[in-house]
Amino acid sequence: MAEWSSSSRVDKIIASYPDRKSAVMPLLYLAMAEHGYLPDRAIREVAELVGMTPVQVSAVATFYTMYKREETGRYLLSVCTSISCAVLGAADVLHAVEDATGVPAGETDAERVFSVEHVECIGACGGAPAIQVNYELVEGVGVEKARELVQWLRDGEPQVVNGDEMQALFGGQRSFDWGPAETAGAGGPVPALESLGTVGEAG
Amino acid sequence: MKILTTRMEAHPSDSHTMERYLATDGYVAARTALTSMTPAAVHEEVKASNLRGRGGAGFPCGVKWGFLPPDTRPRYLVVNGDESEPGTFKDRQLLERDPHQLIEGIIIAAYAIDCHRAFIYIRGEYPKPARRVEQALAEAYAAGYLGRDIFGSGFDLELTLHLGAGAYICGEETALLNSLEGKRGEPRIKPPFPAVEGLYGKPTIVNNVETLSNMPWIVTNGGAAYAALGPEGSAGTRLFSLSGHVRKPGNYEIVMGMTFGEFIEQHGGGVREGREVKCFIPGGASAPWFTGDQLDIPITIDDVGKAGSMLGSGAIVVMDETTNVVAAAHSIVSFFAHESCGQCTPCREGTSWLEMVLARILRGEGRAVDLDLLLDVSDNIAPGLGWPPKMTTICPLGPSAVSPVTSILRHFRDEVAAMIPAEVPVA
Repeated sequence: MAEWSSSSRVDKIIASYPDRKSAVMPLLYLAMAEHGYLPDRAIREVAELVGMTPVQVSAVATFYTMYKREETGRYLLSVCTSISCAVLGAADVLHAVEDATGVPAGETDAERVFSVEHVECIGACGGAPAIQVNYELVEGVGVEKARELVQWLRDGEPQVVNGDEMQALFGGQRSFDWGPAETAGAGGPVPALESLGTVGEAG
Repeated sequence: MKILTTRMEAHPSDSHTMERYLATDGYVAARTALTSMTPAAVHEEVKASNLRGRGGAGFPCGVKWGFLPPDTRPRYLVVNGDESEPGTFKDRQLLERDPHQLIEGIIIAAYAIDCHRAFIYIRGEYPKPARRVEQALAEAYAAGYLGRDIFGSGFDLELTLHLGAGAYICGEETALLNSLEGKRGEPRIKPPFPAVEGLYGKPTIVNNVETLSNMPWIVTNGGAAYAALGPEGSAGTRLFSLSGHVRKPGNYEIVMGMTFGEFIEQHGGGVREGREVKCFIPGGASAPWFTGDQLDIPITIDDVGKAGSMLGSGAIVVMDETTNVVAAAHSIVSFFAHESCGQCTPCREGTSWLEMVLARILRGEGRAVDLDLLLDVSDNIAPGLGWPPKMTTICPLGPSAVSPVTSILRHFRDEVAAMIPAEVPVA
């Protein structure tokens, strides 16, 4: 059994549901944080923990877009192309991100620095066009700022990406007042959450 | 008059903290409900409020709770925070800026329906809102507002945060329940409805984030006071997400009844650069569009329904005269094609066909038959192309994809036709 899967965090997650099968989604996130993506090995580890077959776990993992069955770059750039972003230039932003990273949407570069994807609505419509970096949100990002954001990631190689920091540097119009800035951010292409152990501190 | 956004507006720097929440009468309503009201009395207030669900379907909340079979236990309460309808970002603000208001609403609702196990399902792309809720949950447990014997009332409630992983369809309540059970997020055939057979096959109430965030106010002020706000059938305030070509996009809480035109002017600052509204979506990507001539329709559930669309998730997307309506429709149809779970043939195949045909029109490769082809495919998904749509599928996702297509062909047929090159005769 892999080391990550015998942690108290895993026990706590399983214990928080009446049925251990319900823990499959958070455990897939944990496995992804451990492996960087979901190789077959990770699927088997999760299956053993929740009492499902690897095929059943694989069926779940492939249903949801945030579970990556292939290795992603250190920075996953998700450009929203849904309606509110679309009518405010999302296609141009996506092209700018593809051009600045040299990575076409749906792919990862050879050095595994950047993965680029176009995604459906991320609930940032009032701050369109919007981008997420490892699911940390930046709103009001036009073509030029998107290029600068990519360059900043390439040059600075931040360990943790933080939405508030990126918003201050590259963002514009926001959906609403975000309130006080937080320092928590994502250390990899998995949502940064305390219970998943995937949250990091920027700075 | 505001209910949901009062605290975050008055205290922008710390509205999400327990300290601020308690300093602004937080958890007083839950304490009152649990210590001095019966569950039935709380349920009566919610019924009297005429509060209708804020997730999209607009079903009366108190009536929904009444569908629980009286004798089956356990019961579950599941909070739908999978907000994913394009144009919608209101629940994100409620989660991020006032998570305790939601948690208090959950305690009140759980007490009213005699439920001791609740879940908040938040979409995976919302890590910041989820972090705020996670923090608030820890604070609420530490204060004894969650867990055993809350307020010394003998009432117990366990509340768990569950993160989605990128699937719009999980906003559909039965798909959400499957997802929470560790399955693929595929909708179930209804009936049975979740109130009878939901999570783990047990009676379950699924309520939207905004719906439950109203509970503390309703308990404090009474259902009748809530019902008195706004026109009949659209009681209370509602948080609308305004986006697109307006000067000031954002979430605005209003008492329903003003017209779309007034709302866009007063709150959105009008259309950017003084342009005109070409068309707008009144209730999220699933809703049929209105044109600039329909700005005088009042924002009420019934008026919008009568005019052939819906208030849905409360997302208003404004498009000015520079908008390429085929590109806009293609964006929405692509969304539904991508998010179709694939169970039902009309949706799985139909959405992809619609996307493909719109894409070729956009590329300048459309054919003369394409306008009728779009309507034919649409008719196979939602026969008759009426509103509300006739269903050929388990859930409404497929018929939703038809809305933008029929909208552009009804209102802008000439414009679409003009994008199709003249047929070159075969030599």
